[in-house]
Amino acid sequence: MDLFLQNIVNGLQWGSFYALIALGYSMVYSILMLFNFAHGDVFMVGSYIGFGVATALLGFVAMTGIPLPGWLILILTIIFSMFFTSFVGIFIERVGYRPLRDAPRASAAITGLMIGIILETGNLAILGARRLSFPQLIESTTYQLGGVFVTNKKILIVGVSLGLMYLLHRFIQKSKWGMAMRAMSFDFQIVSLMGVSINKIAPLTFAIGSALAAAAGILYGLAYPVLDPYMGILLGWKAFVAAILGGRGSILGAALAGFLLGFIEIFVAWIFPSTLRDVIAYSIILLILTFRPHGFFGQAHSTQLRL
Amino acid sequence: MDSQDNTLQQRKKGFRAWLQDFIAEIPLIGWLLGILGAVLVEYFLGDLISYYLGLPKIPVLFGFLTVLKKPLLIPGTAGYLILVYGLPILIIVKSLQKPANKLAGFLDKQRVTVAALFHLGIFYGALHFWADMSDYRLLVIKLTMIAIMLTLSINVINGYMGEFSCSHPGFMALGAYATSTITLLLFADDKQFGAALLPEALGLYFFPLALVAGGIVAALGALVIAIPSFRTRGDYLAIISLAFLFIVKSVIENLEFMGGPRGMSSQPHYSTLPMVFTVMVLCIWIINNFVRSTMGKALNAVRDNELAAEAMTVNTRKTKIITFMFGAFWAGVAGGLFAHVLRYVNPGSFGIQRLAEILAMVYFGGLNSVTGSIVGAVSINILSEALRPLEIYKWIIIPLLLILVMLFRPTGLIAFTEFKPKELMKPKQIRVEEK
Repeated sequence: MDLFLQNIVNGLQWGSFYALIALGYSMVYSILMLFNFAHGDVFMVGSYIGFGVATALLGFVAMTGIPLPGWLILILTIIFSMFFTSFVGIFIERVGYRPLRDAPRASAAITGLMIGIILETGNLAILGARRLSFPQLIESTTYQLGGVFVTNKKILIVGVSLGLMYLLHRFIQKSKWGMAMRAMSFDFQIVSLMGVSINKIAPLTFAIGSALAAAAGILYGLAYPVLDPYMGILLGWKAFVAAILGGRGSILGAALAGFLLGFIEIFVAWIFPSTLRDVIAYSIILLILTFRPHGFFGQAHSTQLRL
Repeated sequence: MDSQDNTLQQRKKGFRAWLQDFIAEIPLIGWLLGILGAVLVEYFLGDLISYYLGLPKIPVLFGFLTVLKKPLLIPGTAGYLILVYGLPILIIVKSLQKPANKLAGFLDKQRVTVAALFHLGIFYGALHFWADMSDYRLLVIKLTMIAIMLTLSINVINGYMGEFSCSHPGFMALGAYATSTITLLLFADDKQFGAALLPEALGLYFFPLALVAGGIVAALGALVIAIPSFRTRGDYLAIISLAFLFIVKSVIENLEFMGGPRGMSSQPHYSTLPMVFTVMVLCIWIINNFVRSTMGKALNAVRDNELAAEAMTVNTRKTKIITFMFGAFWAGVAGGLFAHVLRYVNPGSFGIQRLAEILAMVYFGGLNSVTGSIVGAVSINILSEALRPLEIYKWIIIPLLLILVMLFRPTGLIAFTEFKPKELMKPKQIRVEEK
C-alpha cells in the first residue's frame, strides 16, 4: 500500500512534465489546427534558458553579496525563463507557421520538425557536447507521511505545475484575450471577421505554450539535473501523444492525459520489468485510441486533411 | 508580324538559348552514354589527372569533401570536374547525337521493358565503375538507393493516400531484423545463432527470399495500423503509428535472443551493388505501376474525400489495408538491405531521428510523385554526405534548406506528377538549321 501511494506521488511528478508540455501542443492545435512539432525542443531551450538565468542570478548574488534566498532565486528564474522562452515560441510562429497557414498541414509539420532540429543543433554548436548540470537552488529535504517519502522538490514541482494550470484556466476563461482565443478555436474565419486578428492570437498562443514548456524545463532540471540538447525529443513526442490522447485542442484533456501518461509509465515500470515500460504503456494507448479514436475530450468531427 | 518574330528569335540566341537547343536534341540514352564515358575516363585517367592538378587523390564525391576541407584546392577540383566530367560528357553527347537518336528510335518501337532494361544496363555500368573507385562511394550509393526505396514506399502512404504515417522506421526495423535473423540463422556462423544450418554458398541465392520474408513480416506489422485506420485518420492515425514505432523499438530491445539493445552484427556480405540496384529498380517499377493502376486512383480518391470515394464504389477498407501493407512491405525490404549493407543493426537506428530523415526526404522531393521521391532521396542523401566536413553545422544547413523549400513550394519540389518511362526514353527531334 505504501509503495502504491509512493508511486502515485512519483506519477504525479512525472505526469506534471507531460501535462505542462502537452498543454502547449493542445493550445496551438485549438487555434491553428496544427501541431507545433518543435515544442519538445522549446522545452529543451527553456531548460537551458533557465540554466542561464539561474547561473546569472547566482553570480549576481555572489558578486553583490545581497543574500537572496534559494526559493526567491528559483521563482525569479522561473518567471524570467518563461518570459524569455515565450519569444522563442513567437519566433517559431513567425518563421515556420505563419507563412504556411494555408499550405497542406504536413508542410507545417515538416517546418516544425526542422526548426526543432535547428534548435538542437544550434544548442550543440554553441554550447558544445558537454552536459550541463542544473544548479540546485533549494536544499532537498525529505518528509515522511505514513510510509510515503515526499521530497520538498516533488511538492514544489507538482504545486507549481498545478498552479500554472490554474492560472492558464483563469486566463482562458476570464480574460479578454482568453475569450478571443476560445472564440478563435471555435471558428477562426468568422472570428477574424469580428475584428480579432489571428496574427495576434496565434503568437500569443505560441508564447503561452512555450512559457509553460520553459516552466516544465526548469522543474525537470530540478528533478533530473543533467541537461543535454536532445532531452526534448522523447519527452516532447510523448507529451504529443498525451495531447492527442486528451482530445485535440482540449486543454483540460491534455492536462489530464499528461498525468495519466505519467501514471501509466510509472506503474508499468513498478509492476513489470522497467525495460518493458514503453511496450506496455504504448499498447495501452493504442487500445484506448482504438476504442475512443478521438481521445477523451475530443469531438468526433471530420478530420479531412487540407491537401 | 512574322519578320518581327524572326528577329526576336535571332536576338534571343544567347548562351541560354543555345543550351536549351542543345539539351532538347539529346535523348536520355545519349546522356547515359556520356556519363558512362566520363566515368570510364575517370576510371582509367582519374589518378593521372588529379596528380597533374595537384590534388592528393581523386575527389571522391564531386570534390565537395575536398573543397570544404581545403579551400585552396578549389581551382584544382574545378579543373578536375571539367576535365573528367564536363568535357567528356559534352563531347560524347554531341558526337553521338545522331546514332543515339537512332538507337532511341529503335528502342521506342520495342517493348518498354526491353528499352528500360537497355537504359538501366548502361546506367548500371556507369554506377559500377564509379563505385569501384572507392569504398566510400559504394556505401553512399547503396544507402542512397535504400533511401529511394524508403521514400517511395512512404510516399504511397503519406502522399498518395494522404495519411500521416510515422511508423516507417518501425516497418524498416521489422524487415531488417527478420531478414537478418534468417540469414544469420541459416547461412552464417555467428555468436547469436551458432553455426550455419545450410551451406553458405546457397546464401546469395536465398537472399532475395529472405528479403521478401522480411517485407512480409513488416506488412503483417502494418495490419496493426491499417485496422485502426478504418475508423480514424489524420492526427489520431499519426499517433497510432507513432505508438507503433515506439512499441516495435521497445519490443526489439527486450528480445534477448535478437541481441536486445546491443543489436545484431556480422550479417553476411549479401547487399552487393547489383543486388541493391536490382531490388531498387524492381521497387520503383512496381510502385510506379501500383500508383498508376486503378488502385492508385482509388488511393487518391480516398485521400481527397473518403465518403465520396465510398459512394463511387471504392472499397476504402480494402484500399487502406492493401496500401499500408504494400508500403510496409517495401520498407521492410529496404530495411533488410540496410541491415546487410551496414552489416550491423541495433534498435537505436530506427528511432525518431530516422523518422525525421525519411519525412524530410519525402516532403522535400514532393508528394504524390515517383520522380519527386527519387529526387528528394538522392538530393538529401548526397547533400548530407557532401556537407559532412561541416560536421555539426550540416544539421543547421539541411533543415534550413527544407524550411525554405516548404515556404516557397509547400508540396515539395516535384509534386503531383506522373513518372512515365516511355516518355523519358523517347528520341528527340533534331532541329534542321534554316538558312
